[in-house]
Amino acid sequence: MPDTNLTINGKPHTIHAASDTPLLWVIRDEVGLTGTKFGCGMGLCGSCTVHVNGEARRSCVTPLADVAGKKITTIEGLSPNGTHPVQKAWMAENVAQCGYCQAGQIMQAAALLKSKPRPSDADIDDVMGGNLCRCGTYQRIRRAIHRAAEEVAK
Amino acid sequence: MSVTKVNRREFVKLTSAAAGGLLLGLSLPACADDKKKESSENLSELGAFVQVATDGTVTIFVSKSDMGQGVRTTLPMIVAEELDADWKKVKIRQASLDKKFGRMGTGGSSSTRTMWMPLRQAGATARAMLVSAAAAKWGVDPKQCAVANGVITSGTHKAHFGEVAAAAAKLEVPKDVALKDPAKFTIIGRKTDRLDNTDNVLGNAQYGIDVKVPGMLYGAVLRAPVFGARVASFDATKAKAMPGVREVVKIDATPPLQPWAGVGVVADSTWQALKARDAIEVKWDTGKAAASETSASLRKEMDELVSKEGKRLRNDGDVDAALASAAKKLEASYEVPYLAHAPMEPMNATVSVTSDGAEAWLPTQFADWSAGSIAEVTGLKPEQIKVHVTLLGGGFGRRAFPDFTAEATHLSKAAGKPVHVQWTREDDMQHDYYRPHSVHRLAAGLDADGHLVAYRHRFASAGINAYMKRGEAHESEAGGIDDLPHAIPNFRLEYAAANSVVPRGWWRSVENSGNAFVVQSFLDEAAHAAGKDPIEFQLAMLPSGKTDAKGQKDYPFESDRLRHVIELVRDRSAWGKPLPAGHARGFAAWWSFVSYVAEVAEVSIEKGEVRVHRVTCVVDCGTPVNPDGIAAQMEGGIVYGLTAALGGEITIDGGRVVQSNFHEYPLLTIRQMPVVDVHIVPSTAKPTGTGEPGLPPIAPAVTNAIFAATGKRIRRLPIDLKA
Repeated sequence: MPDTNLTINGKPHTIHAASDTPLLWVIRDEVGLTGTKFGCGMGLCGSCTVHVNGEARRSCVTPLADVAGKKITTIEGLSPNGTHPVQKAWMAENVAQCGYCQAGQIMQAAALLKSKPRPSDADIDDVMGGNLCRCGTYQRIRRAIHRAAEEVAK
Repeated sequence: MSVTKVNRREFVKLTSAAAGGLLLGLSLPACADDKKKESSENLSELGAFVQVATDGTVTIFVSKSDMGQGVRTTLPMIVAEELDADWKKVKIRQASLDKKFGRMGTGGSSSTRTMWMPLRQAGATARAMLVSAAAAKWGVDPKQCAVANGVITSGTHKAHFGEVAAAAAKLEVPKDVALKDPAKFTIIGRKTDRLDNTDNVLGNAQYGIDVKVPGMLYGAVLRAPVFGARVASFDATKAKAMPGVREVVKIDATPPLQPWAGVGVVADSTWQALKARDAIEVKWDTGKAAASETSASLRKEMDELVSKEGKRLRNDGDVDAALASAAKKLEASYEVPYLAHAPMEPMNATVSVTSDGAEAWLPTQFADWSAGSIAEVTGLKPEQIKVHVTLLGGGFGRRAFPDFTAEATHLSKAAGKPVHVQWTREDDMQHDYYRPHSVHRLAAGLDADGHLVAYRHRFASAGINAYMKRGEAHESEAGGIDDLPHAIPNFRLEYAAANSVVPRGWWRSVENSGNAFVVQSFLDEAAHAAGKDPIEFQLAMLPSGKTDAKGQKDYPFESDRLRHVIELVRDRSAWGKPLPAGHARGFAAWWSFVSYVAEVAEVSIEKGEVRVHRVTCVVDCGTPVNPDGIAAQMEGGIVYGLTAALGGEITIDGGRVVQSNFHEYPLLTIRQMPVVDVHIVPSTAKPTGTGEPGLPPIAPAVTNAIFAATGKRIRRLPIDLKA
């Protein structure tokens, strides 16, 4: 098995795993960061969303070989203390129920606000439509994104 | 405020280190309705623990599993209220399995309802002991002490809880303590943020999938694709040669609780285990009956069953005569499919079996059942088994079952190391305990004035009890119909049990999920046939007076409460007021888990698809402990039910599940999310269920709205406008 170098949350890592190993399992099993969740393994639910070079990606369908030398951000690295506007808004709106999908939702929402600082409801539907939540927190997710956008705009 | 995890060893340490704090254990009688069904020794007690540290921090043990319903916030609120604690100094600990906590099962929307009195008493008792200790220290009468925000005062004396906790711990536990006047509640009833919000947004919340134990290996299991099949033989040569693979283990099924035979792999990582699993070649021994079952064959069997009279479960008046003499007669057939739970966190478990015991870390709704399963696999005694409960990434009834725990136990036993077994989404969707598929045939008769005078409801299913081999088959299927409160003089309910190889289990709101759709749709049909407004039609059928004898002993059905939520939803949804062209409203109401819920859905048809714009929901669940949490549960129940109504269907072909992942079993997305407006009825009655009661009315509210918009009556779920 070859070694693969990548950066996770600002720290360099050398990973010794098969090159087809999904980034999700590298992050969880090899690096030991468990905030990124496994939901479907097919890129259908968004629970595993991380940022690769600043863009939202489904880590469950991203092979390790594809991210060699790249910068990866997980929920643990989004902000030092949960102070990202999206994280704050998520707490203020009590978005989470079981909370399992929320790391993926937050990472997707953070990427959305980076590209569209004042998203419309249609923008939210477009970008968040692939992040599933079985508990049904969508109404609060929408409110939290608008709340975070307002804070960013201040 | 934070969430602290504690295992049994730490707990024992905390207990014995009582030098600094007060650890209070209370033994309380189990609830009557729990006693009725089971008789194990776990049920004789229901316990709660309050710990007060020297710095005044109050730690509350939560003995129920949190799968999203927020019990890690709601239950501590009840204790803190009676304790007069400073909410900012409240911490929670998830209780590990211990007889002191009584039955630890979480289900049936019962956590707040069953813990309400025990936790109030736990808080009030701890408060009384702290006050006694302070009064003794100051030489005053305890009656002259006041408590607020974790501080006890009397005249010029003042002490926070932590300062008197050690002395309080030495006092005898008082038997009878006064509970607060609900009018003086300051925490209960207040919108309270979730205690675990911070952990959640930082990615620190610990689910079953996140458990890491020193020396832990990873497991995956290749399960029989056809229900009931056994392993005839297998070849693991290729799998054993793959990197990281440590063990290959044959696992036998022990139905009904662990119905999956299979071959498991233990490896150094999840990915290695999953890849090696796919390389195992198995010859399955598939029973003939199983391999021939299809959704169509089951439907055919149920169609035949409902074409003749079934077992009478309720028989008021003379329905045959009333139907024969009715001025107007309606008949209709309804059907709901098998459904999978599909929580976002696929099943998993971590178990460590050693020569002298076992320890497990589980995302389970039933820690006690899980321990029983470990005992069965290992032959260990109950006292040798430790079970820790993690957060659950959704449960909805699926995580009541101990199958995944049994698998991890088998693998750990073989490997001699802790093993985390991980299911994929496909494993999860195809190896569930499904909401039963059922077929219903109904007939109704109206008199000349449009009153519903006859109602006959026949239905068939392969039910949950029949699968679980407990009680009468119909008992798990008839809820909500056998106790339908509407005053209908001639009423007959009949049931027939069908056969299926598919495992069945409790799915959010259980039988209410399908029965509410059928009954509330057919009543809507009857209202239209009578030329009456659907809401007024049902209101007119509700019995007058406050209380009926139906329902559970301590929670009688109160007709006025159902009437009230219906009137409120009518008014809050602007029922009957103009809507944009193409939009229409539909109504449904249902009493389940002793809560009263009415919903109105506003829909339109856009490009041939159902679009649900708004749902107005009114719930009466007794005293609202955490209103924001209740609203979240109503939102959640509505989404879960809407997901099923719009696209949820598990079909069977050749004795196996056809669907495998979310592309074939779609969940509602944010694009389809309606605005949900929840109104909670103010109440001082005992709290009742919230996790499930929001679900049953949504499907019929939507399909009744579709009828109002298009004239098309939907009698089968999921909704197919082209059918």
